[in-house]
Amino acid sequence: MPKTALDAPQVISMLQEVCQAIIAAEPLLTDADRALGDGDHGLGMQRGMTAALEKLGALDPESTGIDKAFSTLGMAMMSTMGGASGALFGTLFRNGGKAIAGNSHFGTAELAELLKVGLEGVMSRGGAKPGDKTMIDALHPAAEKALEEAAAGSPFAEAINAVAAAGEAGRDASENLIATMGRAKTLGEKSLGKPDAGACSVAIILRTMAEFSAK
Amino acid sequence: MKKLINDPLNVANELVEGLVDAYNGEAVYVGARSLVLKNIQDGKVALLVGGGSGHEPIYHGLVGRNLADGAACGDIFAAPPPDIVLEATQAVNRGKGVLYLYGNYAGDVMNFDIGSELADEEGIPVKTVLIWDDVASAPPTEKHKRRGIAGLVPVVKLAGAASQTATSLESLEATARKAVLQTRSVGVALAPGAIPATGKPTFDLEEDKIGLGMGIHGEQGVAELPMQTADDLTPMMLNLIFEDFEKDAEVAPLSAGDEIVFFVNSLGATTMMECLICLRKARQFLTERGLIIHDVIVGPLVTCQEMAGISFSITRLDKELKPLWDMPCQSFCYSKMAGSWGA
Repeated sequence: MPKTALDAPQVISMLQEVCQAIIAAEPLLTDADRALGDGDHGLGMQRGMTAALEKLGALDPESTGIDKAFSTLGMAMMSTMGGASGALFGTLFRNGGKAIAGNSHFGTAELAELLKVGLEGVMSRGGAKPGDKTMIDALHPAAEKALEEAAAGSPFAEAINAVAAAGEAGRDASENLIATMGRAKTLGEKSLGKPDAGACSVAIILRTMAEFSAK
Repeated sequence: MKKLINDPLNVANELVEGLVDAYNGEAVYVGARSLVLKNIQDGKVALLVGGGSGHEPIYHGLVGRNLADGAACGDIFAAPPPDIVLEATQAVNRGKGVLYLYGNYAGDVMNFDIGSELADEEGIPVKTVLIWDDVASAPPTEKHKRRGIAGLVPVVKLAGAASQTATSLESLEATARKAVLQTRSVGVALAPGAIPATGKPTFDLEEDKIGLGMGIHGEQGVAELPMQTADDLTPMMLNLIFEDFEKDAEVAPLSAGDEIVFFVNSLGATTMMECLICLRKARQFLTERGLIIHDVIVGPLVTCQEMAGISFSITRLDKELKPLWDMPCQSFCYSKMAGSWGA
């Protein structure tokens, strides 16, 4: 049955499913990054999510706030992944988590706030803008969609499904962009036709969150 | 690709443990994954290097006497996380602050920046100088987009020497910036290396092609050339370095009488034989243009697993940099006696 909002134990379970989905997607992410970067994105994400799975499992679901669940994910990624991905995905969940501190449930408004503040953190840390062929090209449309859904007061399960679809559309659209950031930037027009690996990860994270919320 | 490893996901930790063994007591393993000199003088301005593992003997192999005081070591091909940068910073700081000196890669910049923010919260002053010697990675007007490749060896050598007598973090920063400005490299790739954990090649390159401007992490190059001889390729590569000094308003063109350090680096699989054949042609080219080769480095110092390829780096010395070059140094990656070989 679609969920109307998640409590802290549900947020922890959802993030554990996110970790498992990314770990399982390692070969896909590795191939995506091998086409444009140096092929380490899949392994980095796998390493970060494996560490995060352990940290999330060690949280007490009854006494943990929803913000702590997200920032635990972010801290684990930042501390174990290294690379640009560790700093950026870590910032996304740490900053995004902090932004919803004090809220007892994760609903459409919290989703919008988390993605908005997380996106701002990622943009300021990495210096990339929408259109640079980075994770932002999935994250930015997802955050925009979340703000729309929050303004419209959409039910959570519907909202997060629309947000995940916006992230996937952003990932697909990144195929038609020319890389200007990170290690792929020296490729120029050769980067056309392939999606950005970070955008692929964002899309998988959001889709897994949506699937959890629809159950 | 056959590799003598254990758990593919534990490669970086185990190689740094092995590196500590190679240092035989001269350097120690600190925190999650840093290598730090055992004896660092009190009151010294500290020099910290770092970056992804898998490129041995750099970056961590540049920890040594009259070289870097410590290195923050990342996982294979990935920047060290901020916690590791902070641990290394704490371990090398002797009260005068720490200069971060590393290659200009997005991941390194973000993680070292977060590390420096954490250090700042603890009251440790940090300055950062980025190394961006790869002339094929962006035009001279966009140096902030350039990658750091083999030129980091002469740059760290010069900064390490300067750090022995630097009176302030700012003065060390200024010398390191000058060393970076006067160091330019160009590289080519002949075949990819393999990621240790997956065994997959880092890129694809046809058997009869050479990737011009390919990075040490296996980033694809800017142009693909047909396979050619050492004597045809060498002048073409050197011309790119000359053109870069020419086009860059921040430096004088390379001209007759300039004293340089010339570095022929193998990316791993390219043999010493090939490096020496290229060096022979390069010396002819450089001497014809009146350059004085003050010192030469040849070898696989900045590598990417079994990647085949080569790079040339030129560092121009001046009155300040030459005595720094002539200072002896010792590390796992690069050691030299006082003066220069041949001088």
